[in-house]
Amino acid sequence: MERLADLVLLLVLLTSFLILGTTRLTTCIRAVAVQGGLLGVLPLVLEPQWSAHTLGLATGTILVKAIVLPWFLTWAIREAAVRREVEPRLGYIASLILGVVAVAVASAVATRLPVPGTHPVLLLATSLSCVIMGLLVLATRAKALIQVVGYLMLENGIYVFGLTSVDRVPFLVEIGVLLDVFVGVFIMGIVVFHINREFDSLDSARLTELKD
Amino acid sequence: MTAGPLLSLGAVLVLAPALPGVATKTKSLLTGRRGAPVLQLYWDLVRLLRKGAVYSTTTSWMFRLAPVAGAVTPLLAAILLPLDGRGAVLQFSGDFVAFAALLALGRFTLILAALDTGSSFEGMGASRDAAFASLVEPALFLCFVVLMLATGRLSLSGMLGAAPAPSLAMVAVSLFFVLLAEASRVPVDDPATHLELTMIHEVAVLDHSGPDLALLLYGAALRMALFAALPVSVLVSRAEWVAPLALAVLVAGMVLVAVAVGIIESSMARLRLSRVPQFLVAASVLASLGVILQLLT
Repeated sequence: MERLADLVLLLVLLTSFLILGTTRLTTCIRAVAVQGGLLGVLPLVLEPQWSAHTLGLATGTILVKAIVLPWFLTWAIREAAVRREVEPRLGYIASLILGVVAVAVASAVATRLPVPGTHPVLLLATSLSCVIMGLLVLATRAKALIQVVGYLMLENGIYVFGLTSVDRVPFLVEIGVLLDVFVGVFIMGIVVFHINREFDSLDSARLTELKD
Repeated sequence: MTAGPLLSLGAVLVLAPALPGVATKTKSLLTGRRGAPVLQLYWDLVRLLRKGAVYSTTTSWMFRLAPVAGAVTPLLAAILLPLDGRGAVLQFSGDFVAFAALLALGRFTLILAALDTGSSFEGMGASRDAAFASLVEPALFLCFVVLMLATGRLSLSGMLGAAPAPSLAMVAVSLFFVLLAEASRVPVDDPATHLELTMIHEVAVLDHSGPDLALLLYGAALRMALFAALPVSVLVSRAEWVAPLALAVLVAGMVLVAVAVGIIESSMARLRLSRVPQFLVAASVLASLGVILQLLT
């Protein structure tokens, strides 16, 4: 089971790198969908005996993160007729290298972090690096839609961190968080759509030009 | 020394020209064509060896040296690789540097020969070859670093055959990317292109003919075979297996790698030249992830 969990966590890391390195918006969204699906599988491979709690968590996560949100983002791209290129402020190669630095820092921190219970070391490292890489995407990509993807990566990192205490956190709290993310992305999507209709651009740098 | 390493070396040397054929056949079948026979390269080599070579008057001895170096350097590199899963024909501490250096030497002579012709197209191919090769090398060495950390050994024979670990999966994928670049396959280079402006490896050998071209083609096939054998050796530790089984698994793995190359070739287009460095850096990124994972566990 440990092997399988390691494999899933590695794939989560790789999808994050795919988002950092790809030139296509649709690839970004597909990658974040795959990441959501992997996160849904993760509690099942981490816990040897499945309870209603883990099963509910898995189905909820897969439903929201792998199906509904990516579908919604794809809808936003289609409706807003966005150009399909990512247009980063920081080059792809620099982003990838910063991503490696992020994983290195996260691994160094993860080995020292006193977290109760026993978990694969990779779990903490993946969660922290997802958070950092999500921040990286949020900070270095101009398009508002990709920033939503960055926000999702960030949230995915926090979700993985939450899995360290899956037996202690009540089910309701997790479903609440999932709902918050859902509503958050939904509102962001609507806002992005309206920004695009008003200003013909999704470049967040141009938001400083907003006037009455 | 037993006959095991020599036997596997001989098998790989004989089977190498079939690998590009397998990749091309896969690509043809997936795109709905019949395609050239898998053994086409053998016939090409025989045909070329029976022809005479034509040399331009502007070329020098460098141009004639390149085909020999292009075939001999991968051969010497193959001697260092533990193809039967136990040990190489020749092994010493730090031989992975010799392995990389020999392959780089072959590329270096080919680049010089391409420049020697004085053709602008070949010069362009040579400069691209050099640029991409310099980006591939860090990935290759980072992969070796992971293997060294995993086994604590400094020779290829020792470091290939570590126990399976997540970091080795990263190494295998990274080595596969390196293979795509080293064997000049899609998405780095397209072996089927016939436009000099977009060719990389193909344009560098454009002026060679007859037996010289045969040597270069064989060298390129052997290079592909070596880089196909590397990820297989990383993923499958064959030290305890009986020799015929180990060899059969290696050959099957190499054929699988060639099929994967063909699948990639039929499912995606060549990358724009400015995007190729990004792809090659991704190989280094995967390898450095492997290093981090190896240090973590």
